Amino acid sequence: MSDMSSVAMHMSDGLINAPVSALFGAVAVLGVTVAGARARRDLDERMAPMAGLVAAFIFAVQMLNFPVLPGVSGHLLGGALAAILVGPWVGALCITIVLVLQSLVFADGGLTALGSNITNMALIGTVIGFLVALALRGVAARGKAGLLAVAFVAAFCNTVAASAGFVLQFALGGDAAFSTGAVGVTVLGVHCLIGIGEGIITALTVAAVAAVRPDLVYLLRGTERPLELRTVPVQAAWVRGGTK
Amino acid sequence: MNDRRRQLLFFVGFVLVALVLAGVASYFADDDPDGLDAATEEIAAKNGQPHALENGLFADYAVAGDDRFTGVAGVLGVLVTLVVAGGLFTVLRKRSRS
Repeated sequence: MSDMSSVAMHMSDGLINAPVSALFGAVAVLGVTVAGARARRDLDERMAPMAGLVAAFIFAVQMLNFPVLPGVSGHLLGGALAAILVGPWVGALCITIVLVLQSLVFADGGLTALGSNITNMALIGTVIGFLVALALRGVAARGKAGLLAVAFVAAFCNTVAASAGFVLQFALGGDAAFSTGAVGVTVLGVHCLIGIGEGIITALTVAAVAAVRPDLVYLLRGTERPLELRTVPVQAAWVRGGTK
Repeated sequence: MNDRRRQLLFFVGFVLVALVLAGVASYFADDDPDGLDAATEEIAAKNGQPHALENGLFADYAVAGDDRFTGVAGVLGVLVTLVVAGGLFTVLRKRSRS
């Protein structure tokens, strides 16, 4: 039981039974395959190196557990962060790579639990985080405060949604001796707190990238429309002048 | 050319930040179990299995079990992630061209 003092950060083996672990292994393979196919359309010359950086950065930040309650810590999951910076498809691949390397090289996150961990953090977290950010994209495009707020909210939702994925897996394949309701309330409750930390880290990181290279923020792509609109009256005036 | 230099500068800066976070800041991370581990502590005590690769050289973000080298493991992790992810995305991008 020396495991208790270790710095493991993801679901270990044995919490979810074999059939349900296999089911979510299949879900993960399917989801990552779809993400891989769609990611090709998004990847261009600038995004490929950026995506490698995002994965490496998320690996680094996941090591930085922050306190959320006495005796309980939390860490970034990174789905919303990745999705806002490089899009949901490439973002899901970034988190998947981090989780696979953590499991294989650092023995963090069980091998049989890898499918569940990928489903929760790389798929559910990334997709929910991106959908929330996309819904609020108009706010994000308004300025720095808007972008900070949207990144925070998207990241918070990503953390809670990812933890809900675990609750689902536990309901389907957990030890029936433990009440799913009680486990669910505890897991979701503590991840609401972790979500605040995730929100702060995500907002600060996205704001830092946007300050230097707004063109590298996927969510902001094509939001220069207000500037284009300003050129429309000029063009219209020119056209009108030309027809006179 | 100026644009490419700016791009390079940005990427190098980004990598340096990640290396400092994993190599230095990781020593100041909270050692307590994370939310999931804390919430499932009793379940893991009953049903949890040790990691199949728990004796790996860099298991638990240490080097041969020595926590003093967490920063080394972290720097290595950032570099490996950068190479694996960067390589994979470059291959995916090129294959999408054909």
